[in-house]
Amino acid sequence: MMSGHSTYQPQSAFMKWMERRLPIAGLVYSSFVSYPTPRNLNYWWTFGGILMFLLGAQLVTGIILVMHYTPHADMAFNSVEHIMRDVNYGWLLRYLHSNGASMFFVAVYIHMARGMYYGSYKEPREVLWILGVILYLLMMATGFLGYTLPWGQMSFWGATVITNFFSAIPLVGESVVTWLWGGYSIGNPTLQRFFSLHYLLPFVIVGVVVLHVWALHMVGQNNPTGVEPQSEKDTVAFTPYATIKDGFMMVCFCLVYAWFVFYVPNYLGHADNYIPANPSVTPTHIVPEWYYLPFYAILRAIPNKLLGVIALFGSIGILAFLPWLDTSRVRSAKYRPLFRQFFWIFILVTVGLGWLGSKPAEGGYVLASRILTFYYFAHFIIILPVLGWVEKTRPLPNSISEAILNEGLPLGASGPAPTATKN
Amino acid sequence: MTATSVEPTRRDFLYIATGTVGAVGAAAALVPLIAQMNPDASTIAAGAPVEVDLTPIAEGQVIKVFWRGAPIFINHRTKKEIEDARKVNVASLPDPQSDEKRVKSGKDQWQVLIGICTHLGCIPLAHSGEYNGYFCPCHGSVYDTSGRIRQGPAPKNLPLPPYKFLFDSKIRIGEEDAAKV
Repeated sequence: MMSGHSTYQPQSAFMKWMERRLPIAGLVYSSFVSYPTPRNLNYWWTFGGILMFLLGAQLVTGIILVMHYTPHADMAFNSVEHIMRDVNYGWLLRYLHSNGASMFFVAVYIHMARGMYYGSYKEPREVLWILGVILYLLMMATGFLGYTLPWGQMSFWGATVITNFFSAIPLVGESVVTWLWGGYSIGNPTLQRFFSLHYLLPFVIVGVVVLHVWALHMVGQNNPTGVEPQSEKDTVAFTPYATIKDGFMMVCFCLVYAWFVFYVPNYLGHADNYIPANPSVTPTHIVPEWYYLPFYAILRAIPNKLLGVIALFGSIGILAFLPWLDTSRVRSAKYRPLFRQFFWIFILVTVGLGWLGSKPAEGGYVLASRILTFYYFAHFIIILPVLGWVEKTRPLPNSISEAILNEGLPLGASGPAPTATKN
Repeated sequence: MTATSVEPTRRDFLYIATGTVGAVGAAAALVPLIAQMNPDASTIAAGAPVEVDLTPIAEGQVIKVFWRGAPIFINHRTKKEIEDARKVNVASLPDPQSDEKRVKSGKDQWQVLIGICTHLGCIPLAHSGEYNGYFCPCHGSVYDTSGRIRQGPAPKNLPLPPYKFLFDSKIRIGEEDAAKV
């Protein structure tokens, strides 16, 4: 790892005493103050911090909501309405929590796309990337469990459809589903265990985030050139340079978050979830939350139940193998003219799948889903490996500083930053 | 184990024996942790058989009753629906089963089904779809008047609950007629 920036020197007698017993101040200082970050990081690198903030916000609002929510099939729906109408600022806390989940996925999708564009998953960041995929899976599970808790029609039928994925397992599928439900159908036992797990998983996420940040600090951050920092000239201290940049973007992101919460709090939800769960009527058009739609489209594109479920999980699982499927040694798309085009096609295909996932499974939509599903997998299994061999990449700069000085200073890295941090 | 002791010693035996007992103990401790998630006694008790009187169901009418939280469709089929179900070539179906096997013999008009789509568990709509049987609005599975899958992603026919006729106009759902299994 890059070093050379000042290390923590405790000033007060108490901190000196403490540092010899529990060097936590030194750990915080070296991780978040003097930690060297590449000097050319752009705003796409601020979403890790935003995700940390959102995780904290979801924990705070969630723990408060639990003080007013009742996890019982007969009372859950009404207790959510009680939160909305009776609890002081309950409407605000609930809307912050439900829209916070959506914002969490907005941020994570940007964070993932940034990693894919700049090749942040490549050697030596494979484990960092895989921890990220695990975090994404945990987020999806947490989001799904949380969506069932209001016990509305979409909660109930979403839970029915998702738990039935497991009935596709040969031989033991039905027994597994009964075990998950704690009954012969979705009911109160299901709601109570989902509630327990929805409370648990965010803390598991916190644990994996610690590993993710640890792995990040082992290998250092990638940067828009994809070239590792060579010297102190290529880095700046985390504080103030990265903290202020992260902070600024966080404020901008919160404006969007607040706009959803205060102006269109139900835009990303579904009206059917304001109807209490009814086991005898399936809503005519059942859709998951927007952030699952691309995978839902993949599920529906395959006309076989077991294969559809395998494709759904495979479409997420394949991300874990990305470091080895991409055979190019050049990290950043900036120097990969062909990959850059395929990257944007891939983003369009995924967004297209999301749109198809929100449409009924009939006629042309199914055909389009099949084509895009094929392309989604082809991107990973065919295009990425082949591109690594055939693509003629642009010459890489010798260092980050050279790349910046050749192109003019990027926004946020201007001024005497590199010299100011050298003592 | 060192390189010099090629022969197993008593100590090796003790290590393996202790490790095995520990592993068995850990596995046994998992049993209650996993078993508690299966249906509890009250859920099982609430899943006892239910009786349904068929007299008020008019010909061509489908009613829904609940057994174990699952909707049971009872369809009083018309002559035409029975004919439609029986004139298909059984071998050509995705999940081949004759209509005769899906009703009690001599009670051809009474069709009793678990109304849960075999794809992902939604409730199909009765009297709809291309075969005027059942249509699942979630992912577009189409069933015929015998509840057999004809089109769409569902892999199997709508399942039949265990049930028996107590007499001509009354059935008990949740119990199989031993003589006719």
